[in-house]
Amino acid sequence: MAEPQPKKVSRLILWVPLALFALFFGVVMHGLFNPAERVVDSKMVGKPLPQFALPAALPGQQPLTNGDFAQGQPRLLNIFASWCIPCKAEAPILEQLARQGVPIDAIAIRDRPEDIAAFLQQYGNPYQRIGSDVDSAVQLAMGSSGVPETFVIDGQGVIRHQHIGDIRPEDIPNILQKLREAQ
Amino acid sequence: MIAEAGLAALWLAFALALLQLGLGVAGLTGGRDVLLGAVRPVAVVQGLLTAIAFVMLIWLFLRSDMSVELVALNSHSDKPWLYKFAGTWGNHEGSMLLWVAVLAFAGAAVALFERRLDERTLMATLAAQAFIGIGFYAFLLFSSNPFTRLDPAPAQGQGLNPLLQDPGLAFHPPTLYFGYVGLSIAFSFAVGALVTRDVGADFARAMRPWVLISWVFLTLGITAGSYWAYYELGWGGWWFWDPVENASLMPWLAATALLHSVTVLATRDGLRAWTVMLAVVAFSMSMVGTFLVRSGILTSVHAFAVDPTRGSFILALLVIYIGGAMALYGFRVGTVREGSTFEAVSREGALVANNLLLSAILGIVLIGTLYPLGVEAVTGDKLSVGPPYFNAAAGPLALILVAIMAVGPLLKWRRDTLKPLAKRLALPILITALALAAVLAMAPGIGIFPLLGLVLALGVGAASVAPLWKRNLRRTPLFTYGMVIAHLGIAVSLAGMACESAFTKETLVAARLGETEHVGPFAVRLDGVAPIAGPNWTALEATLTVTRGDGKPFILKPEARMFPSPPTETSEAAIKTVFDGQLYTVLGKADEQGRWQLRLWWKPWVTLIWLGGVLIALGGLLSLIGHMRRERKLLDRKLYG
Repeated sequence: MAEPQPKKVSRLILWVPLALFALFFGVVMHGLFNPAERVVDSKMVGKPLPQFALPAALPGQQPLTNGDFAQGQPRLLNIFASWCIPCKAEAPILEQLARQGVPIDAIAIRDRPEDIAAFLQQYGNPYQRIGSDVDSAVQLAMGSSGVPETFVIDGQGVIRHQHIGDIRPEDIPNILQKLREAQ
Repeated sequence: MIAEAGLAALWLAFALALLQLGLGVAGLTGGRDVLLGAVRPVAVVQGLLTAIAFVMLIWLFLRSDMSVELVALNSHSDKPWLYKFAGTWGNHEGSMLLWVAVLAFAGAAVALFERRLDERTLMATLAAQAFIGIGFYAFLLFSSNPFTRLDPAPAQGQGLNPLLQDPGLAFHPPTLYFGYVGLSIAFSFAVGALVTRDVGADFARAMRPWVLISWVFLTLGITAGSYWAYYELGWGGWWFWDPVENASLMPWLAATALLHSVTVLATRDGLRAWTVMLAVVAFSMSMVGTFLVRSGILTSVHAFAVDPTRGSFILALLVIYIGGAMALYGFRVGTVREGSTFEAVSREGALVANNLLLSAILGIVLIGTLYPLGVEAVTGDKLSVGPPYFNAAAGPLALILVAIMAVGPLLKWRRDTLKPLAKRLALPILITALALAAVLAMAPGIGIFPLLGLVLALGVGAASVAPLWKRNLRRTPLFTYGMVIAHLGIAVSLAGMACESAFTKETLVAARLGETEHVGPFAVRLDGVAPIAGPNWTALEATLTVTRGDGKPFILKPEARMFPSPPTETSEAAIKTVFDGQLYTVLGKADEQGRWQLRLWWKPWVTLIWLGGVLIALGGLLSLIGHMRRERKLLDRKLYG
């Protein structure tokens, strides 16, 4: 009676490779038909801004706090840096939005006042307030992972939309639409 | 006409593969041996036709025929001819055609040269090879046709990834593919042997040269790929655990295990079922690797254009081939009689340990590569697995494996005792102990992994030549030399890895012109940065004057290159190789104050990593020649008395 028992077990072992392959198949099938999102959306969309109070990025200017956004009007919050190349490409678009009357604030990431001043001098300054986030703490709290990114914040200080990467001319209608929805 | 000729050759080869499968199946099931006689010539012609198709594609690239979509997308008439040539396989369709060409070529080689295998098993093998071919021909013809025409033809092509404009890379993929796809023969042998239930010493001896030759190519391909990543990416590292690197490492691990278990099967007729499984796994890993790279489900520096239909197509092929072979294994291998047995302390015992450890490392690499996908499937979280996991999980096993490698060749087959073994190991153990003392004395702060690696490398290096001890060197068979050199190569490579990780010095500075920076024993002066132009790029080239102690100064010129088509920047490291290592210099960006970012590494003995790789491949080659010579002698004796 003891004899057939081990045989049965070893028979099952022969099917282990196939079972492992089936597992592999399941995993990659899922991966194949749910293509990995190359951009990671912030989990903060739909939630209020985190508490923060950033010093002004330029001497003598106003600081930036989360309270500045709960003033009844939707605003854009642009995350940028003077060392960031796409930010330079994005600058004229932000200028254009500012001229259309869109209020824009900014958080400068890991930057120095003199570099920021030079950047604004060269590429224009569409911002009403600029906070300086030297260790990316606020950026990370907002669920932003890179520069540039732009958030649409509604009049109650709730994050309504996140745009990852530089805003291109073709993105403007979508941004304006999100601003209208945030009214 | 060239493109049409290539396409026609491909279709004909597809038809012949179908014929080859049909003949094989009909011959084996109906017992009509006359059909089997046609299988060999069909396989040879099929191999020729794919070779023709591949040559046609090379010709199109060399002529810069922009009316062919693939050429227009991946080439440029300004490109140097070598890179036009290499551009043939620097893209998805062309490299798939190379893949298929190697597959058919390997089948043709088996049909032409294989004489030892039982004729029916051989026919089953060739039918299996044709069956694999059918799937990949269909993949090429229906979803990745390299010969598609463009109408109207564009005036100019869209260039080639500048990272690929490198002579090393021109020949790296073909080498790897010979290795990857050469393993298809082992796979087909296993399937053939499962069909005819003919697994034994003869089968193993017939399979061994094919495994060896693929393994030599794989070893060279991985070594070259590692060196390419080292000097071309400009990051100073030689292995990144990138999914594509893992995709090449996994078949190598499986093939290395197979190489050793096939020796047990050939010499002692043991490990029958296990060897068959490894033969299936080795090529399965090649196919899985191809799938992971082509489907784009893993992010990698090597990514080809991502296309989910292609991914689904290859996945379907994987299910048919791997799933089919493993199901066949489940059904059939139980009816294969298990071969002879052996004691734990014996050559076989050491080889089993080798196999288990290699398989465990293979499992670790596979799990690490797929883990992000698995986690995302189950929880939706995104994460990545990097060197800390791989080094911590695979490192200790690899070190144990290397230690066993030192002992194994000194053991007798079937049964050995520990006492004489201790005698044979006395000298290597003494060297290991001395090395431990020496390293601790000279580099007290060394980390545990580099320490163990360095000490083991020295001891194992000594032990690996021990099998030659007290032997008549002229009468020692060539394959024994092969084993000794391959094992020595492992020790040499390990020493290089340990030195690189323990003793590398790095300096990252923003240097003004004329300033001198120090790294390791070198003084590096930045003399100037000037623009230069190449055939299809422009660059900023720094001039560095380097002196080591009182030695003669020499010049290094690292570049930051700009390619206009498509616009891409690459950094060309300038590397000075000296007898005891390499000085590695990279030019970065300038800041507003006119300072240049310089990255300098002094990597003592780093070259041993690749020298070891070449030794391993050389050992494999000697072993291959040795075995083939002996087999021919045995065959002659059998045929002529």
